[in-house]
Amino acid sequence: MVTIKQEQNLPPRAGHLNGVIVPEQPDKNAIEVRGVRKVFGSGENQVAALDTVSVSIRENEFFTLLGPSGCGKTTLLRLIAGFDFPTAGEILLYGQDIAPLPPFKRPVNTVFQSYALFPHMTVAENIGFGLEMLGKSKAEIKARVGEMLKLVKMEALAGRRTSQISGGQQQRVALARALAPQPKVLLLDEPLSALDYKLRKEMQIELKRLQHETGITFIFVTHDQEEALTMSDRIAVMSSGKILQVGTPWDIYDKPAERFVADFIGETNFLTAAISGMGGGKARATLKSGATIEATVAEGFQPKDNATVVVRPEHAKLTSGKGDLSGTVENIVYFGTDTHIHVQLDSGEAFTVRQQNTRSAGCGFERGDKVGIQIGNDAAQVLRD
Amino acid sequence: MATAEQVAKEAERRDVRTRWLLSAPALIIIFLAATGPLLIVLVYSLLTPGAYGDVKWQFSPEAWLSVFMERDIFDDTLSLAAAHVTIFWRSIKLAIVTTIATLALGFPTAYFMATRSEKTRDIWLFLITIPFWTNLLIRTFAVLQIIRNEGIINTILIKLGIVSAPVQILFTDTAILIGMAYVYLPLMVLPIYASMEKLDFRLVEAGYDLYASRFQVLRRIIFPLVRPGVIAGSILVFIPAIGAYVTPSVLGGGKNMMLSNLIELQFGQGRNWPLGSALSITVMIIVMVALLAYVRNAGRAEVRHG
Repeated sequence: MVTIKQEQNLPPRAGHLNGVIVPEQPDKNAIEVRGVRKVFGSGENQVAALDTVSVSIRENEFFTLLGPSGCGKTTLLRLIAGFDFPTAGEILLYGQDIAPLPPFKRPVNTVFQSYALFPHMTVAENIGFGLEMLGKSKAEIKARVGEMLKLVKMEALAGRRTSQISGGQQQRVALARALAPQPKVLLLDEPLSALDYKLRKEMQIELKRLQHETGITFIFVTHDQEEALTMSDRIAVMSSGKILQVGTPWDIYDKPAERFVADFIGETNFLTAAISGMGGGKARATLKSGATIEATVAEGFQPKDNATVVVRPEHAKLTSGKGDLSGTVENIVYFGTDTHIHVQLDSGEAFTVRQQNTRSAGCGFERGDKVGIQIGNDAAQVLRD
Repeated sequence: MATAEQVAKEAERRDVRTRWLLSAPALIIIFLAATGPLLIVLVYSLLTPGAYGDVKWQFSPEAWLSVFMERDIFDDTLSLAAAHVTIFWRSIKLAIVTTIATLALGFPTAYFMATRSEKTRDIWLFLITIPFWTNLLIRTFAVLQIIRNEGIINTILIKLGIVSAPVQILFTDTAILIGMAYVYLPLMVLPIYASMEKLDFRLVEAGYDLYASRFQVLRRIIFPLVRPGVIAGSILVFIPAIGAYVTPSVLGGGKNMMLSNLIELQFGQGRNWPLGSALSITVMIIVMVALLAYVRNAGRAEVRHG
């Protein structure tokens, strides 16, 4: 395997990228976004695409900006790349404010959603373009392009025009082109959205491999929650110009802070509860059914009468006896790996339980059955909104 | 009973007949309006001039000889027709300079237009095409009004005290160039704009992202991708510019004879229709050779870059 890591360890990389001063000492944060606002339009038509966003992205991290379209994730990426400039705030790259620099003075490269490969150049020329613009010698460019071609397994197609290769291959070329100048941070703007399902799965693994091998900090933008969960070290969930929560995939999925996060990622059950006995990030939640369960509490939760508690469908268990909740089976949907059982609770709320399937037996319940639902320990999370 | 094969053959024959019928109007126009007159010009160039214009139906290569040669009136020896060569060169030079000037002005203009929002783009496009609504002669006289000694430019310069006496622009080569550039600019802007509008500006962003400066992006990404528009624009300007008649006459004051004047002279006072015809065909050949060389060169440059 080609090791860019080795290559990276060789030359000191301070200040060699187009006059950008890159400090040598490894700072913990590759990118620090501080109070960044971005307003488009003027006067009455002003739209705040980013509303005072702050986030730190660590070195060598696979960091994902996740959110629905129009949430501001691409805007944030474009501000880091330098295609747009923030209305207010700072963007630090290893401690240096890069917000006012043009894109060609930032040691940051982008993989575009549409790939944006140069149609008048070959695959090899595309990959070598960044190095050429940095003024590298012909021999160095040739060696590095060869290495990149090998890294993305495109050696055979080096001389092809970009219009003569498939979508998946274009994707690889776009990656190689952005990685070739050894950026400090690689930005990926929904790079997999144009690929079909199978190719997307392959490229997800490929991207993880590339990130691991190159040791470059990746900032990945996607609206696909599954993609975010499977690939990221940490995820920032965004909605209407704000970052709602930053955490590991496990944090985001199991301990959502807000209703939007819980709802956007995976399926979930929302229950209303009264909270008591808060302490150490935990509390007791008294549900409408009268049962009291233990729950973790989202950061920044303010005690109130009707708090929202979320329970993932696979963290609850259906019983024919008594449980924490009781209700009637409304619908049963078979999914192959598991079965979703929709229950109408006696309190009037709806609840879904996901039950793993076995080969020998059905799910054991039928429509109209009176059932109880047991919520496991550490299954519930109290939201802050 | 007809076999399937016969039916198919008959249908095909009918199809061919219909196609000829449908394309007849186009063919008639091409032969009568384009090729026909050219053939007449070619035939005339090989005849003897009539005493009062027109031609005598008698073969003579004299017209073709006189394009670049002149016969000494005393000893019949042939020598290079310096006057003709000068006129040819003057016209070609003007066409080249006009093409370069319109390219220099038109490329940034087209870039500006293509980078506006979709709504304002149409307004700019509209503004660029407005001059086409006015007659060429009137537009040329409008330029004359602006640059003459008592015109706007000189009045302002004198009022501002920059010059004490009017600057003589009118009836100079500069005046001709200003007029030519003004008249032919839209022909350069429109094809470049058409190419530029199709340009994916994400490629420009990709260029900046890969450390290309503004100039490098222009040279390495934008220019190669809009090259077809530049070629089309150059052709559209060069061809009419080489035969320009009105603009050089009005703004140059007719001091220097252009190719068009020379040809006109043969059909008018010169009463030498064969020479006029031969000159016309020579101009066509020069234009064709120049264009072939230009297109091939531009095409090869693209391959080399690509």
